[in-house]
Amino acid sequence: MRATRNRLRSRAAACAAVLSLVTLAACGSGDGGGDGTVTLDYLSLAWQQESVEANQALVDEWNAANPDVQVRYVQGSWDNVHDQLLTSFMGGEAPDIIHNDASDLTDFAYGGYLADLTDLLPDALRADIPEESWGTTTFDGGIYGVPFLQEPRVLIANTQLLEASGVRVPTAEDPWTWDEFEDVTRTLTQDGDGDGRTDTYGVAWSMREPVSQSVNLSLSTGGRIFHSDDDGKNEIRFGADDSAVAELINRQVNEEGTAPSSSLGMSGSDTLPGFFAGRYAMLPLNFSFRQQVSQQAPDGFDWTVLPMPSGGGPEGLVQGVAPQTLSVAEDSDHQQAAADFIAFLTQADHAVELAQGDWMLPTSRTALTDPSLTTDELGWSTGVAVAQYLRPSPVLGVRGYPEWKDKIATPAFQRYYDGGSGLGDLREQLTDDGNRILDRYQR
Amino acid sequence: MSAVTPATRRPRGRTLRAAAGRTGQYAALLCYLAFLAFPLLWLISTSFKSPQELGSIDPTWIPREPSFDNYRAAFDAQPLLRSALNSLLVAGSAALIAVAIAVPAAYVMVRNRSRVTRAGTGWVLISQMFPFVLIIIPLFLVLRNLHLIDSLPGLVMVYVVWNLPFSLWMLRGFVKAVPLSLEEAAAVDGASRLRTLGSVVLPLLVPGVVATLMFSFVTAWNEFFFALVLLKSPENQTMSVILTHFIGAEGAADLGPLAAAAVLATLPSLLLFSLLQRRLAGGMIAGAVKG
Repeated sequence: MRATRNRLRSRAAACAAVLSLVTLAACGSGDGGGDGTVTLDYLSLAWQQESVEANQALVDEWNAANPDVQVRYVQGSWDNVHDQLLTSFMGGEAPDIIHNDASDLTDFAYGGYLADLTDLLPDALRADIPEESWGTTTFDGGIYGVPFLQEPRVLIANTQLLEASGVRVPTAEDPWTWDEFEDVTRTLTQDGDGDGRTDTYGVAWSMREPVSQSVNLSLSTGGRIFHSDDDGKNEIRFGADDSAVAELINRQVNEEGTAPSSSLGMSGSDTLPGFFAGRYAMLPLNFSFRQQVSQQAPDGFDWTVLPMPSGGGPEGLVQGVAPQTLSVAEDSDHQQAAADFIAFLTQADHAVELAQGDWMLPTSRTALTDPSLTTDELGWSTGVAVAQYLRPSPVLGVRGYPEWKDKIATPAFQRYYDGGSGLGDLREQLTDDGNRILDRYQR
Repeated sequence: MSAVTPATRRPRGRTLRAAAGRTGQYAALLCYLAFLAFPLLWLISTSFKSPQELGSIDPTWIPREPSFDNYRAAFDAQPLLRSALNSLLVAGSAALIAVAIAVPAAYVMVRNRSRVTRAGTGWVLISQMFPFVLIIIPLFLVLRNLHLIDSLPGLVMVYVVWNLPFSLWMLRGFVKAVPLSLEEAAAVDGASRLRTLGSVVLPLLVPGVVATLMFSFVTAWNEFFFALVLLKSPENQTMSVILTHFIGAEGAADLGPLAAAAVLATLPSLLLFSLLQRRLAGGMIAGAVKG
């Protein structure tokens, strides 16, 4: 009898525990407010500690100066931002200020989820950011985001191997041509112990995500892969200008052996151990990878940042970029306040802080002249020198690009770079299959 | 004198074969354990390595210069304790509620066979077929109308609903295994239905309840997408969401602090398993039927 009572008591205690847990949970999720203060949610995708700190410091500064418009810092993640935003937009619960990538804005802008900032932004900000950058966030004549950070592709090189080889070290004023680059990689590729196996490759192409770099680098040889007619209809072409860089990579991997096939499936981070060990003399990486290189490089390892090779002519260093952007949700009740906060975040001195935190380049012309960014240290000056050659990535504003990229282009480029298919097959897949996808979105 | 009779040789041969077989079994088990433990051990090793060592082309199991720097960095960068507490509240509540509902429901489904229970069983199976991407937007709208977006009770509710079908299915098997004759014997002895359930059936279900509880807890603890989409406020975010804050674009990650945070995130599940595994086995023994 006593045992039964004890059991009943313990069951009652279990039920009480459940209820108390739920009650506790309910207590933890209260929402303050109600005093007339406007509170804006700022979804930031900053993830490196310096960058998060820079963002939070600016939010604190804004909140101290604007007691009536408080900003709440909400950290998101690059991996899932699209799904998170899509659900929030559909549910009418989107954050007021949204940090994202220009390539992710197209569908949201056309879908009416983002506010047109044309009349909300101060003229000074409009004038300080180049038209090319505004072009990355302008759809149907409306501005749906402030492009504030961008990063070029650069070559990160092992200084010791470079100097030992005796090759000319390029600068933004006098870059290598793609032909010269091919020669340099031949010189840098070494079989040190003479066992018939390559010990050092001239370059390692990390091609886990091959599409954006293939498209963006094609601009340097006069290509663009995505061509639009006067009506704004997009068409995929893959002519000689479009494919020149892709052909070079394929040659290096499959014919000349100056680039390893093993790195094709790697991300940029994965290639770093081989770079530090002297297996790869150069890595084509995004500018922000300098942070990982500087953090992980062994003591005494000397590295340098070089511009990507030129396709020749005054526009030979041109490459496509998709800047990071700040947008305002169409559903936000305080669009002007949100735009004011964006203007605050992107004013030149603040843009410098954010750029340093993310190891990227600001789009602001004034910010690019800041001495902390024009220094040679950590390759900053190389990035600033090539900033003038950055153009909107041809993929921006193309509806159906994500589907083309995932279903057609990624496997097609990966097969081609690995030697599993030829240029003809690649062209056929990218254009024939690809244009069918684009047509579906452009009916 | 020294001759060995066939009768004595055979057992020795058998013993040798048995020993060899046993050794093989243990070797296979060891390989399997190593296979299972590899990711966790590597994660722990990574969490103690410096950035330079993480960038080394010759990785080692034992960190060359082990330090707690990654743990310090992880705690500095993200509110790990708060998020762990949120996860604990949500996963604990969801698991307890799901099991509290599933136990009586499973009993009724097994013992009261009717068209309704058959339809219920079918529905449980069908409900497992919906991928969460299909239901996330309707779910979001429903929760918004209930003012449960960005609230931990809202997330608990979602996890309960999400875990319930599998919990029910799992417990159904355990209830089926309880011999009906035991309940009949209790009824003959004059026990009421409630008494029979409390004193006869439930003790025999302990292993099932514990297993289901662990499954529900771990599922809710690890769940990411619902938590990401349904919780907005930083103070409400759960551990699985916080972990993604160490990951950047294009595969870049703050690997050391991420590994440190991931080690911390696995601890509650490990702890729960180690605490409850005895109960799991004990319950099985306690449920043995006499004579």
